[in-house]
Amino acid sequence: MTVTVRVPTQLRPLTGGAGELEVEALTVREAIDVLERDHPGMRARLLDDQGTLRRFVNLFVADEDVRFLQGLDTGLPADTTLSIIPAVAGG
Amino acid sequence: MGHVVGLRCRECAHMYAAEAIHVCEFCFGPLEVAYDHDAQRRAVTRETIAAGPPNMWRYADLLPVSSESPVDLGTGLTPLTLAGRLAAEIGLGEVWVKDDTRNPTGSFKDRVVGVALTKARELGFNVVACASTGNLANSVAAHAARAGMESFVFVPHDLEAVKLITTAVFGGHLVAVDGSYDDVNRLCAELASEFATWAFVNVNIRPYYAEGSKTLAFEVAEQLGWQLPDHVVVPIASGSQLTQIDKGFRELTELGLVDGDHEVRISGAQAQGCSPVATAFADGADHVRPVKPATIAKSLAIGNPADGWYALEAVRHSGGAIAAVTDEEIIEGIRLLARTEGIFAETAGGVTVATLVKLADAGIVRPDERVVIYITGNGLKTVEALAGAVGPSATIPPTLEAVAELLDRDGMLRAARR
Repeated sequence: MTVTVRVPTQLRPLTGGAGELEVEALTVREAIDVLERDHPGMRARLLDDQGTLRRFVNLFVADEDVRFLQGLDTGLPADTTLSIIPAVAGG
Repeated sequence: MGHVVGLRCRECAHMYAAEAIHVCEFCFGPLEVAYDHDAQRRAVTRETIAAGPPNMWRYADLLPVSSESPVDLGTGLTPLTLAGRLAAEIGLGEVWVKDDTRNPTGSFKDRVVGVALTKARELGFNVVACASTGNLANSVAAHAARAGMESFVFVPHDLEAVKLITTAVFGGHLVAVDGSYDDVNRLCAELASEFATWAFVNVNIRPYYAEGSKTLAFEVAEQLGWQLPDHVVVPIASGSQLTQIDKGFRELTELGLVDGDHEVRISGAQAQGCSPVATAFADGADHVRPVKPATIAKSLAIGNPADGWYALEAVRHSGGAIAAVTDEEIIEGIRLLARTEGIFAETAGGVTVATLVKLADAGIVRPDERVVIYITGNGLKTVEALAGAVGPSATIPPTLEAVAELLDRDGMLRAARR
């Protein structure tokens, strides 16, 4: 499935400045694999040494926090958007 | 004034220049302001503070701004009221209410916004923005008006009607978003990436903004005669306020401004309909799992609290606790504070009072402690939460007989005539 990945400012040095990328992936985990293949260093920014999502990284699939869904195993429907949002602020 | 050396990552301690950034580029941890404590120690004494203005800017040396004239509406130095009747009613000894209903726009947010807009102006911004549950909206719109800055305030569409009106009146852009606060917050995080000329007070200006809440600790200590309280109860939304109150007390100790150096116990208050931090505390968890809020305490309805983890750590480290209370308990809490002390708190204050009651019943807040509760917003903003709960006790014709009949019904007639 082709999904759009929205990349925050902090990760754009890894993507040559691109704020949006198209990747082929069926799950969030696969999408991160593809990002790592195309933009080395990306995985370490998103996942810790144990391979779990870093405390201050948030991933949203079609506007839903993957922590509410199946985490890294969350499926990616065609034409959906995967947004990477660091350190949710607010409050 | 100022004494800022930069921004430091709270996770990996990497240092950055003091600019409009809030996230560590290496580990994505949140950034906080780092100060030259030696310079502060030389500059600040109890006397220099006492000689300052009668508002929060008397602590300017401990805040991350350098302007001689901050963006201000007269915020801070709100009353610290000894609440004897409240204490007696719930079986405690010495309870004080830090009454931040008295700030210019009726909540503690004036403290953080004063710092944020002052810093935004120093950094050269002309447009300020925020994601808000209402109190911040009021404050940003008002301060922007005062400073002659343009404002964009984003709020969830289902806010209390009063909070929409009391924001819109200041003339900035008020945008209601069809979603929850967490949706609005996420939108603003993305907007902050796209619109680099906007100062989002609680996104890219957040490290500075958060520091304003330290004045809640500074003022309490000064008002207690430069003593630390034993135990404070603080509401938790994002967790920033609680974390900064903890930081404020620590800074006072480090700077030698207070007598003694005992640890202040910090307890947190949440609504059951949005209690991710209370749940993590009860479960002994090391991660705050986001929730979907459903509570009348809309100003605390943050399902994914940015500083939830740090609030949890501060509470655990200090030997406090976090409790969650129902909507019914919140309303009862508002009424209890109003009835005993004449202070009308918004729903968040009801959460705090109800949590105090719960923690007192559990023996966690003790009668031998000097306790301070933080009442951070004005009840006039959330009157709709009380609809049906309070109102006239009778409707009568304008006659003496009608009043006599009413008093007689309630068994008060004889006493009234004597």
